[in-house]
Amino acid sequence: MANVTLRNVRKTYTGGFEAIKGVNVDVADGQFCVLVGPSGCGKSTLLRMVAGLETVTGGEIDIGGRVVNQIEPADRDIAMVFQNYALYPHMSVYNNMAYGLRNRGMAEAEIKTRVEEAARVLELSAMLERKPRQLSGGQRQRVAMGRAIVRQPKVFLFDEPLSNLDAKLRISMRVEIRKLQRRLNVTSIYVTHDQLEAMTLADILVVMNGGQVEQVGNPLAIYEKPATTFVASFIGAPPMNLMSTRPDEIKSQLGGSATDAGIVGIRPEDFAITDQTPAGGVALPLTVEAIERVGAETFVYGSRQHEDQRVAATPGELPPGEIIVRIPGTEAPAIGAKIRVAAVRQKLHLFSGDGRTRIEA
Amino acid sequence: MVEDEGIRRYVAHFILWIGIAIVAFPVYIAIVASTQDNALIANGQMSLLPGGHFFEVYYQTIFVGTSGSTREPVGNMMLNSLVMALAIAIGKIAISIISAYAIVYFRFPFRMSIFWIIFITLMLPVEVRIYPTYKIVADLHMLDSYAGLALPLIASATATLLFRQFFMTVPDELLEASRIDGAGPLRFFWDTLLPLSRTNMAALFVILFILGWNQYLWPLLITTRDDMQTIQVGIRKMITTTDALTEWPIVMATAVLAMLPPVFVVVAMQKLFVRGLVETEK
Repeated sequence: MANVTLRNVRKTYTGGFEAIKGVNVDVADGQFCVLVGPSGCGKSTLLRMVAGLETVTGGEIDIGGRVVNQIEPADRDIAMVFQNYALYPHMSVYNNMAYGLRNRGMAEAEIKTRVEEAARVLELSAMLERKPRQLSGGQRQRVAMGRAIVRQPKVFLFDEPLSNLDAKLRISMRVEIRKLQRRLNVTSIYVTHDQLEAMTLADILVVMNGGQVEQVGNPLAIYEKPATTFVASFIGAPPMNLMSTRPDEIKSQLGGSATDAGIVGIRPEDFAITDQTPAGGVALPLTVEAIERVGAETFVYGSRQHEDQRVAATPGELPPGEIIVRIPGTEAPAIGAKIRVAAVRQKLHLFSGDGRTRIEA
Repeated sequence: MVEDEGIRRYVAHFILWIGIAIVAFPVYIAIVASTQDNALIANGQMSLLPGGHFFEVYYQTIFVGTSGSTREPVGNMMLNSLVMALAIAIGKIAISIISAYAIVYFRFPFRMSIFWIIFITLMLPVEVRIYPTYKIVADLHMLDSYAGLALPLIASATATLLFRQFFMTVPDELLEASRIDGAGPLRFFWDTLLPLSRTNMAALFVILFILGWNQYLWPLLITTRDDMQTIQVGIRKMITTTDALTEWPIVMATAVLAMLPPVFVVVAMQKLFVRGLVETEK
């Protein structure tokens, strides 16, 4: 059991590329920390630095009160699950799990107990003598987890462990991982680019972009109060609608204290189709352009009459002027219809003009 | 393919049988000739059916040799060839797998230069650098020795390249998982890379064994003593006789015997050999 603290951690590659630009994160003992961000944001690099597979060029990595910057991966008391599992293809499932223990000179009887216990937990008992190539993707994934469990490490590291699985299996393995982590109560750091995985798994969520931490916190708190427009559009699917307040239409509706806000964000589910204009809220006339019915809810894609209303925000970007509205059920306006949508004041997210600061109204 | 399958199949089989006959007939002749009386062969009256001298000819070939003055039992020649071929095959695999490991997995100064130097030696087979190689072996007093036969042929760029290419296809995560599992460089090599290279090593062994077994020029140069000569050199010596009739049954028996070890190696390792060539098991 241990907490993991990153103090101003930096990584600069020879050649000058700065992959990690000073990251501070504190993961308490037993917590599940998820690093999330678009590809190339440095989240995997950061995880590999914690594992000891990449050198640290600045700052300190502290595992359980010990600075591990110069310590070999094997001696950091960590276990890692890789994206492609990295099972030893020529070894049986049993030997895959036992290998790390044998290298540490553990007695064969103790190894047997641990491996069999892990196999029982992961429902692999019937497959201990098989080779990895005789297993399905989900089973390989579980062997990789087993290899991490038998070590009884202080920290589990997961590098996008579910991205090679099909959608259905991914969901069930996601739940498995969470249950397992709760039961073992081992500090975990998990890297993913899937914001849904991030939201559901994390005790503490770290949103990264361009080698920097955008926001750290409880997933729901981040969802409710994103600190920047990047976080606002990255967390949540479909992404938050971000609009410039420049057109007088919105600015005059906001009025008062919100006048220094340059960008206003509204989540798709916070819109309602209505003719009323809530006080201090925002109402927009839309032309319906597309409808997506997914059963329990329906997404309405509408365009606004004005140009230039949407602000560029990287992931999941829509063409400027397009607004997504999420309504429950399957009743939706016809394509081409002119509708009016509105959101109440409490549901507005206000940001400074550059999108880097959240403004509390 | 389904329509008039019968005729097509017969035609295809007929053509294949012609091919087999063309390849196999000389071998058959050698076997037949090795069981007949020398006088018959010398008169040009050799029968196409096996003769009755099988046991006496092969006994004489293996344990006694020709009746000439430089006679040498073929059994001894086979032993020499076997030692040389095995030493070349095993030595080449050992050296090249280690050098490929160094080049792929370690960062050391002049790594790429060393790789290119190894690569360039591909263009310099023994035949091209035969004089300097002979000089070195002679200066090291390795003439007429197994070391002299095998060592110069061991250093090999082809095998190093083959292992390098294979190692580069092994996912980096395996190395990283090994590091986290507490395996150092030697452990990783021994526990993970060697077992993964098994089929490649088998394929290479077959090729290198046959290559070593068929060496002619180099053994001819550096062996002067009859008891060090290899079977390929021996056959040639048996054919050119100055004052006596060439003993064709013995020559043919020697040729047949020379074929056996490579055939045995191919048959024994066929399964691994084919897998090593076509499949990458990762």
